[in-house]
Amino acid sequence: MTPASRRAVVLGGNRIPFARSDSAYKKASNQDMLTAALDGLVERFDLAGERLGDVVAGAVLKHSRDFNLTRECVLGSRLAAETPAYDIQQACGTGLEAAILVANKIALGQIEVGVAGGVDTTSDAPLAINEDLRSILLDANREKSTQGRLKQLLRVRPQHLAPAIPRNEEPRTGLSMGEHQARTAAEWGITREAQDELALRSHLNLAAAYERGFQDDLVTPYLGLERDQNLRPDSSLEKLAKLKPVFGGPEGTMTAANSTPLSDGAAVALLASEEWAKARGIAPLATFVDAETAAVDYVNGREGLLMAPAYAVPRLLERNGLSLQDFDLYEIHEAFASQVLSTLAAWEDPVFCTQRLGRKQPLGAIDRGKLNVNGSSLAAGHPFAATGGRIVAALAKALHERGGGRGLISICAAGGQGVVAILEA
Amino acid sequence: MDRYTQLVNTPVGKRVAKQVGLPKPVPLKRHVPGAPVVDGKVLVGGAPGGRLAGPIARVLASIGADVATPLRPDLRAAAAEAGLDASPWTPKASVDHRYAALVFDATGIAESAQLEELHAFFGPTIRQVKACGRAIVLGTPPESARKPGERVAQRALEGFTRAMGKEIGRGATVQLIYVEPGAEGEIAGTLRFFLSPRSAFVSAQVVRIGAEGGKVPSDFDWERPLAGKVALVTGASRGIGAAIAATLARDGAHVVGLDVPALEDDLKAVAAGIGGSALALDITDPEAPRAIASYLKKEHRGVDVVVHNAGITRDRTLGRMDADRWNAVIAVNLSSIERITDALIEGGRRAVLNEGGRVVCVSSISGIAGNAGQTNYATSKAGVIGIVDAYAPALAERGATINAVAPGFIETQMTAKVPIAIREAGRRMSSLSQGGLPVDVAETIAWFASPASGGVNGNVVRVCGQSLLGA
Repeated sequence: MTPASRRAVVLGGNRIPFARSDSAYKKASNQDMLTAALDGLVERFDLAGERLGDVVAGAVLKHSRDFNLTRECVLGSRLAAETPAYDIQQACGTGLEAAILVANKIALGQIEVGVAGGVDTTSDAPLAINEDLRSILLDANREKSTQGRLKQLLRVRPQHLAPAIPRNEEPRTGLSMGEHQARTAAEWGITREAQDELALRSHLNLAAAYERGFQDDLVTPYLGLERDQNLRPDSSLEKLAKLKPVFGGPEGTMTAANSTPLSDGAAVALLASEEWAKARGIAPLATFVDAETAAVDYVNGREGLLMAPAYAVPRLLERNGLSLQDFDLYEIHEAFASQVLSTLAAWEDPVFCTQRLGRKQPLGAIDRGKLNVNGSSLAAGHPFAATGGRIVAALAKALHERGGGRGLISICAAGGQGVVAILEA
Repeated sequence: MDRYTQLVNTPVGKRVAKQVGLPKPVPLKRHVPGAPVVDGKVLVGGAPGGRLAGPIARVLASIGADVATPLRPDLRAAAAEAGLDASPWTPKASVDHRYAALVFDATGIAESAQLEELHAFFGPTIRQVKACGRAIVLGTPPESARKPGERVAQRALEGFTRAMGKEIGRGATVQLIYVEPGAEGEIAGTLRFFLSPRSAFVSAQVVRIGAEGGKVPSDFDWERPLAGKVALVTGASRGIGAAIAATLARDGAHVVGLDVPALEDDLKAVAAGIGGSALALDITDPEAPRAIASYLKKEHRGVDVVVHNAGITRDRTLGRMDADRWNAVIAVNLSSIERITDALIEGGRRAVLNEGGRVVCVSSISGIAGNAGQTNYATSKAGVIGIVDAYAPALAERGATINAVAPGFIETQMTAKVPIAIREAGRRMSSLSQGGLPVDVAETIAWFASPASGGVNGNVVRVCGQSLLGA
């Protein structure tokens, strides 16, 4: 039996401005920020006291006490306490994967309306106790007698007080994401100049989006911030050119400006069935058409850590009978400027497209004028799990604003994964 | 491996050799049956406008090579078409890569200013070549160039590869392969040979591939290229000759070993070890050419591969050399080759040498550079090069080829008797800083002998580790 399927639409979204690490939100927890983003959405769409079908969100860096983070946020928000919620985690793909899950339940008729999003803080980071100390404490706990416990506890040494700090590296390679991407960038011949240009355009586009009021119904001020703290409207190629490389050694091309900074923030998007939207008198911004997730073997294989979207997009295009050029807007998450440029280079390369994607022809180039037109992560910042919610809401609005069209979302994630989706208005 | 090579490859030896500035020979990797042609990544580049990107990519695809290419549309398209999943490469990306081989199509270089393409490609990568790696430049024979500027530039490649051979170090080799226009499809056998450990002791050579070769069948068995073929090897009872016989047998040939009656026992032992036959006679005997021809016709209905390996030395400085020494060397090393070859190719289509036959002569570095005490030997071995030049056109007409190897210092019983100072000089005065092995000569002959080497005619290839003598 083929289950009945219907369209899920994006109605809008809300986020708090993204802050740089250890700055405006240094005292805010994941729960504080996600609750703030949710309450902003409740306010914007008049959802106070409503029971929604699902709230799906997550965080990449999470305290162990936050095992039920999203549900706790719902309970702390003005939504009805009867709204169920669950956490997911797929690194930087978390927010978009959450939207896919909500959209799928709507399409299957299992729910009418849901919220998808994510939150992350690199300031209020979950420091864990030292792994050796943890082992000693657990051993002590297993002892039956006080004497036995004491004997175990006497193993504690000063060095055991050093906490375990969350590490920004791939467990299986020991390389940071930036070092991985530096290799990919070098392989694909991505120049410093091209990366700096992309970074500058991100800042200028986001600044323009704020200026013309595009962000007014997407962002709610929080803890004194009204705009993303990382945004540099007055940046220039000359200033960017002065920065020293931070990845890929002294000859590297990746700097602090053309790589996303550590940042804090939360974002959510509201998805519903067309019927629910109509009953509420809310005009849908865009349809959530389809999505695809891919993963690559960056450990034993020869593929770059952040190249999975380059595989996910062609599969999604194939299933929907589209070409890469059949889009009016492209949202390619700027984890690093070079990640965006490597992906675009791969799609133009005959070897990559025939040998790795199994296609007859390259996907070809895109019109760069349609790429990240309202800025992306290099300007806004990138609180890992929050990025998907930011992009879904912003792209839906941009498509609606231009009176229709088709948009492509591409987000790379740690672990060699990539999440991509198509929106249409 | 000689003692010195063993010594400098111990931890202490390495340090001492480095501090004192002694030669640092690397134990050379040699062919092991069943092993891949290239063990590691192959980086393929080329000057824009070249005509060999496709053929090179097809050869590399056929050997299952792990390839990288620069992100130039023509190179990428050629790789894609050949079904090669080639990694993209840029000079910056090469920092932490190690390459088993660098291959460069220089046929697009049409004027001297474009020689800069060599610098741009090899400059960032020469130090990333693995031990016993390969660098191969493919060009257009200068004499086939369409314009003077192209002829100049293509001729210039030779200086580049010879100099790079002296720089590359660590057992790696550098070659120049001139591919005649129209011979693009003939490069497989030669490219495989020079990429592989079979060419371990061959460096800084210039090879020409012509267009008359005939195609390699698609189901060609590269592990047994001589299956069903008959090969005659003269001087097969010992040393290099025995190695040639064994190598051709390994490649599938039935080998007829030939040597003087005095060495018949040794010869029979060699033949028995490789499932071949033994033919004991003196090649300087006036009846020998006819006897050989009729034996081959009767027993094997012809011969496919003829290796003129038999040779003698009768050293004396010229003023002290008697006529017997002179005449014996010329007779064995030169005249008999002419007479036997004539006997095997006479008779047109009914000749003993089968269609597509391969004649391989053994010259010597002595014949190229000259050697004190060897006026007779050097004369004979230079004459062998003359045989290659003289017979190549006639053999080409019948789909056959004639080529020569010119061994340098090869570790044999003969060289073991050379006084140690001269022996050490012979070993170390080369880019590979060591002597070669008989099998190195044999592998080169096997490449000439292969049905896949139809386009290789009239070449003299030194197997000398880029010896400084006569270079």
